[in-house]
This record gives sequence, C-alpha cells and structure tokens, in this order.
Amino acid sequence: MANSDAIVGWKTITFGCHILEPGNAANFRTGDWRSQRPVVDKEKCIKCGMCWVFCPDMAYSQDEDGYFVVDLEYCKGCGICAHECPKDAITMVPEEG
Amino acid sequence: MSKRVGIEVSIAIAEAVGLARAEVIPAYPITPQTHIVEHLSEMVANGELDAEFVPVESEHAAMSCCCGSCAAGARTFTSSSSQGLSLMSEILYIPSTMRLPIVMVVANRALSAPISIWNDHQDIMVQRDIGWIQTFAENGQEAVDLTIHAFRVAEDRNVSLPMIVNIDGFTLSHVIEPIELPDQEEVDKFLPPFKPRYKLDPRRPISMGPVGIPEVYTEAKVAHDMAMKKAKRYILKAWDEFEKVFGRKYNPVESYRTEDAEVLLVTMGSISETAMTAVDAMRDAGQKVGLLRIRLWRPFPGQEFRKAVGKAKVLAVVDRCLPPGALCGPVGAELRSLFYKIPGSPKIFSFVAGLGGRDVTVERFEEMVDKARAYAKKRPRELYEVIGVREK
Repeated sequence: MANSDAIVGWKTITFGCHILEPGNAANFRTGDWRSQRPVVDKEKCIKCGMCWVFCPDMAYSQDEDGYFVVDLEYCKGCGICAHECPKDAITMVPEEG
Repeated sequence: MSKRVGIEVSIAIAEAVGLARAEVIPAYPITPQTHIVEHLSEMVANGELDAEFVPVESEHAAMSCCCGSCAAGARTFTSSSSQGLSLMSEILYIPSTMRLPIVMVVANRALSAPISIWNDHQDIMVQRDIGWIQTFAENGQEAVDLTIHAFRVAEDRNVSLPMIVNIDGFTLSHVIEPIELPDQEEVDKFLPPFKPRYKLDPRRPISMGPVGIPEVYTEAKVAHDMAMKKAKRYILKAWDEFEKVFGRKYNPVESYRTEDAEVLLVTMGSISETAMTAVDAMRDAGQKVGLLRIRLWRPFPGQEFRKAVGKAKVLAVVDRCLPPGALCGPVGAELRSLFYKIPGSPKIFSFVAGLGGRDVTVERFEEMVDKARAYAKKRPRELYEVIGVREK
C-alpha cells in the first residue's frame, strides 16, 4: 500500500496540481510495481535495437559493447521488448518477493 | 452607449458572450439552452464574432474540448441543460481543481424520469459539488450581466476557477425582455484580455492533469476548496466594479422588504419575481414578510446571508429540487448547516415547489409563509414539504 502521509502541503502544491518541470518522470522510480523483468540472452542478441525502439518507457540503452540493457528503475515489465525481439533473445522472468 | 432592446434572453446572453470576446465555444444543443449556442454559431458563421465554434458530438465532448481550449489559453464558453449537463458530469470536476476558468450558462431544467423539458433546479443540484463558482439570475438583464461578470471573475488570476451562471429554462431562456445590452467599449473596460497563469505552450512545456497519488490528492482538493473560499472577495469586488462601469449593483444575497420582517421567503432564480409580488400582497395585508434571494450559490455567502436574515424568526426556503430520501432539499440543508446551534437563529423549513415546470404562484408563496409560521409553533414530522402536490 502507498504511504498515506502527505508529501506536499496545500499551500505549496503547484497551481492546479500542474507539473511545471517537463520530463520529471525521470526523477521517479517508475518501475517499482513491475511483476516480471526482461532478461537478455547475449548469445542470441544481434544488437538490432528493436527492444530499444519499442520500449514505451525508454528504459533501454546501449552499453559499451553495443548490447542493449534495461534500466530496472524505469522498466515496468510490460514485455513488449520480449514480444518484438526477432531472435527471441529476451525472456520475461517473474520478480520474486 | 449601451442600448435598451426587446430581445429574447438566450439571444441576449449570446450577444453578451460575443461582447466578452469569447474565443472558443464548444457546444452541443439541448432544450432549453439551444438558442444561446445556436445564435453564437450564427455570429461566428457571419463573421461577427472572431471565435472557433466547435460543433461537438456530445456534452461530454463539449466539456472536454472546453478543458483543452481553456488550458491552451483561449477564453472559453459553453452552455448546457439537464441531461446534457449530466452527461458532462464526469468532466465537470476536472477544470475546477485544475483551475481552468471556463464560463458556462446552464438553462436549468428538470431531469428524467419522467421526461421533462421544463424548468426546475434538479440538473444543477446534481452538480452542486463540482467546485465551480455558481450564480443564479433572476431576470434577463441579470442573466446578461452575470455572464459578463462570470468571465471577469473566473479569469481573475486570484480566482482561476470555472463559473456557471444559472438561468431558469424557458421562464428566462425563452422570454423576450427589455434588456440593456452594454456596448463593446464598456465591456472591454470591465473585462481585460484573458491572461492565464499557466497555459499549454510547446515553448514552455508543462503537464496538466497528472495522477494525484494518496500522498497528494487531499492537498490538491484542499487547495481547490481554499481557492473557492478566497474567490468570494473577488466576486464581490468584480460586482463593485461592474456597478462603476454599467451602473447596476449586484449583491451575493438580495433583500426585499426585509426590514422588521418576521418571516422571510428564501428563493433562487426567476421565481423570486413572483415571490416579490407575494411579499407585496402580504405586506399590504399587514404581515411582516420579506424575501431573501440567493444570487451567489457557490461559494456560499454564509456571512452575508446571516446578516441579511437579521432578526427574522422564520425562514420559508424554496427548494426547486426533490432529493428522494434526503432530510430536505439542498438549499434548506445548506441553511440548516449555516444556522446550526447559533443562538437566536431562525426556524427553517424547506418547501419543495416548482418541479418540472410547475408554476409557483403568489398564492403558493402565501401558503408557504403561513405553513412556516405554523410549523415554527408546532414542529412538523418532516423537515420539508412538497407544495401543491396532489394526492388523489
């Protein structure tokens, strides 16, 4: 359950509850409620970047070796990357606990 | 100079919206509001009003479109009634907490079932708690004046809340009255261009309408409530300035022959004119009766109302809405809260009258006053009574 204590006051909350800082979702761990995570098999991966293209949360980035890796701070576990991977190199694995 | 013309009230309201230089008008026709938006669409089509008229596919879409255009910084107007207003319901709560100053005229009409196109206040009482500022007009002149006033108040940066002007369906919307239409220069003097605090602008991106998690939602709602309470000062200030420009004075609560009155009728909207005739007749017969008319319904002007009641002992409140299973009608309930446990407060009785277009005559008002006076001596079983209801 979410914490019910206020994190902002009614006097200090933004006007109309607007978000005045563009792209501020990057400041939040939006992947917290993920129930499964993508695991990449580097043996099968051809570095085509389809996972990076399709990820709706822009959670993938390319590492030094050219492989695409997921940032679990933002990955919501939707599985689109696994679905789109032309080499079936991505497996969705249940999160434990 | 302003000109006095014989004009249908709906057409006059549309002219007022034009004088206010509305920029976007998303609207869907519904009886008895139709003439307002029909005339506005004509004004836009004829090139008399430089605005975007959006003929949306429903009232739900109308209010959604209003939210978008107002968020983009356009002066936005719409109008609705009854079932149409109910269809907007899901959206109505959104612009108020988001502080989008849309102006809407509601031509009040009953709700189905049974199907009724005629006037009462049930449609707006369903929307009582949407967090919009709400006023009630008594006659055509007031409908025009309150519409212009609404833009000024809603868009005031100290307010930034949407506003509804209620006009009684048919009894106001469809009658021809002599109305003083202000001229453009006067309206421009009273109503500055709309400059919102924030707007959707790709050069300065912001997000409107985000999720309010439990840690934030209460504070967002309290901020809205506080904005409503604070708005009263600016509503009154705008009426003062309205008087300076147009010469007509408006108050949140209007008193009629209340001096030394023992019983006060309490009304909202156009039936107040019949109530004044009834008060005159009762005064002629030596009865100490007066009338209070609530013009500002939200935020409720409690302080002003208490002051207006003075030393009156009995309030005969007219509710044009029957909420089945409730303790009494919404206006009666509001006033009972206002006076609860206040020493020397008047006895309050709610009379449900004028549902679905039934006329409330002078005799009916006299009946309410007589009954309220009797109930003050002997407490009735119920807190309300339906006036003029036939049993068999």
